[in-house]
Amino acid sequence: MLHTINKSPFQNSALENCLRLARDGDVILLLEDGVYAAAVGTVKSSLIEQAVRRHAVYAIEADLKARGLDKLVKEVRIAGYGDFVDLVEKHPVHAWL
Amino acid sequence: MAEKGKKVMVTVRKAPHGSIYVQESIEVMFIFATYEMDLSVVFLDDGVLALHAGQDTKGLGIKGFMASLGALVDWEVTKVYVDRQSLKDRGITEDAIIAIGKDDDSGAPIRPKVLDGAEIATMMAEQHSIVSF
Amino acid sequence: MIISILVLEGPYNHEASDSAYLFTQAALAKGHTIRGVFFYDDGVYNATKLMDPPQDDRHISKRWSELGATGIDMVVCIAAAKRRGITNEVLAPNIRISGLGQLASMIHESDRIVTFGD
Repeated sequence: MLHTINKSPFQNSALENCLRLARDGDVILLLEDGVYAAAVGTVKSSLIEQAVRRHAVYAIEADLKARGLDKLVKEVRIAGYGDFVDLVEKHPVHAWL
Repeated sequence: MAEKGKKVMVTVRKAPHGSIYVQESIEVMFIFATYEMDLSVVFLDDGVLALHAGQDTKGLGIKGFMASLGALVDWEVTKVYVDRQSLKDRGITEDAIIAIGKDDDSGAPIRPKVLDGAEIATMMAEQHSIVSF
Repeated sequence: MIISILVLEGPYNHEASDSAYLFTQAALAKGHTIRGVFFYDDGVYNATKLMDPPQDDRHISKRWSELGATGIDMVVCIAAAKRRGITNEVLAPNIRISGLGQLASMIHESDRIVTFGD
């Protein structure tokens, strides 16, 4: 399963909700405001810091750049939309809106 | 409609009335049930609030979806599930969730089946496609 | 891979429409087939030809129309459209209004469906 998260973790619990149900081997992709979850030094950084131990976590580069985010949790993989497409090819998607 | 075709799930995760997503997701469920697909519906996170007893939108002048929700089984949307933890977090007891139909013989209310997160996750992993609201 | 896209939010107000468009372009660039783009909830607002954004910003309904012109099925849900006043009179070119059954068909005929919303 590919789980997409597009809302900021500071005001939306979608990422936490997702992590409760995500199974080993599932992949997480952060896009839009969801990329804020990948930033280090926030009250929500621990969500992704823990998530990367069980899941491959990707963040859309264009969304990171749009928001000026460059200090990220180390294991988060930067993805282009082409990578997003490749992930969809491998996994059915659940969008945590 | 026979349960042939692809396994398709609709997830509902938003609270009702503050936005139209719950209502318009039910319209999707009705249509999907008439097509050749093995349809499941899961109410999760704030979506479980759509199953809260005693909803009455008259004072808001909003038509709402309560009648439609009560007729899901009549429309052959029978695989309807709700997340246990989400209910618990919101103080909704499992026997208080609204009925989505009535048993033809006994007249007893049919309620969505309450599942643990792990069961829902397993079910999600079996789907061909998931549409989320 | 055959993919369908579901867009649940209107243009400009949410990033969903942009993300959906970027994903669609990336999928086409990789040689995949887009079976269709289905607009539901406020997503139906993506289809109005009356959109008149500033010249130096993206024109969201025009670019969906351009995709439709390549033969991709761009469908606006009639029930959601009627609620929101999106009629054939205001529809951008190469986009059509139809029922939710088209979404069911898209799913049936696709390997994947990806939802973009709020």
